[in-house]
Amino acid sequence: MEIKIYDEPFDPWKEVQGHQCSAQGMAGKFGATNIFIGTMRDFNEGEDIKGMTLEHYPGMTEKQLERIVAEAVRQWPIIDALVVHRVGDILPNDPIVLVAVWTSHRGDAFDASRFIMEALKTRAPFWKKELLKSQAERWLVKNTDGYI
Amino acid sequence: MSIKVRYFASLKESIGRSEDNLEFSGLTTVVDVWRSANPNKALPDNSLAAVNMDYVELNSVVKDGDEVAFFPPVTGG
Repeated sequence: MEIKIYDEPFDPWKEVQGHQCSAQGMAGKFGATNIFIGTMRDFNEGEDIKGMTLEHYPGMTEKQLERIVAEAVRQWPIIDALVVHRVGDILPNDPIVLVAVWTSHRGDAFDASRFIMEALKTRAPFWKKELLKSQAERWLVKNTDGYI
Repeated sequence: MSIKVRYFASLKESIGRSEDNLEFSGLTTVVDVWRSANPNKALPDNSLAAVNMDYVELNSVVKDGDEVAFFPPVTGG
């Protein structure tokens, strides 16, 4: 299980490939890999967005993400998991978050990655501040419920 | 006892500080820490609190050396 916080752009596909290649003893064991990538849009709530700053609480971020992944491991037979999240200044089209889960069967991979992603959205201490095309700035007030 | 207080995101901007270091004596809760650090500002209703990087209720008791944090709802992902 691996958790990474980047303050510069990352390539989610290289992250998945690199993690899978370096994971010891995983070859031949997993039958399903579910990958979720969250990417920054250039619009939100009716406004054009130029960029975004992602603040976080170093230390608590990792602690909460490790706990979320541990909870997922207790609920599903996860062979491996990778969570990557950006912080700092972000531009439209930049990947923000990656959740990848490797399991023997697809149902567990889908369900565990969904659980990790939704828990991250409500518990991991990140905060987004948007820079609008008008140069105004605004903090996002809360995340939407991904199950609605 | 010594308590380190940290603030994040919009809450940090609204009070104009990222942290405080405060001294307390006797039984002290998380909300007592806020009131002592910010006597002229009520904690916004939707605020979250953490002690030593774990989420806590506002009536949780703090102890010497704790790091108490206040912040708005999280918006990552």
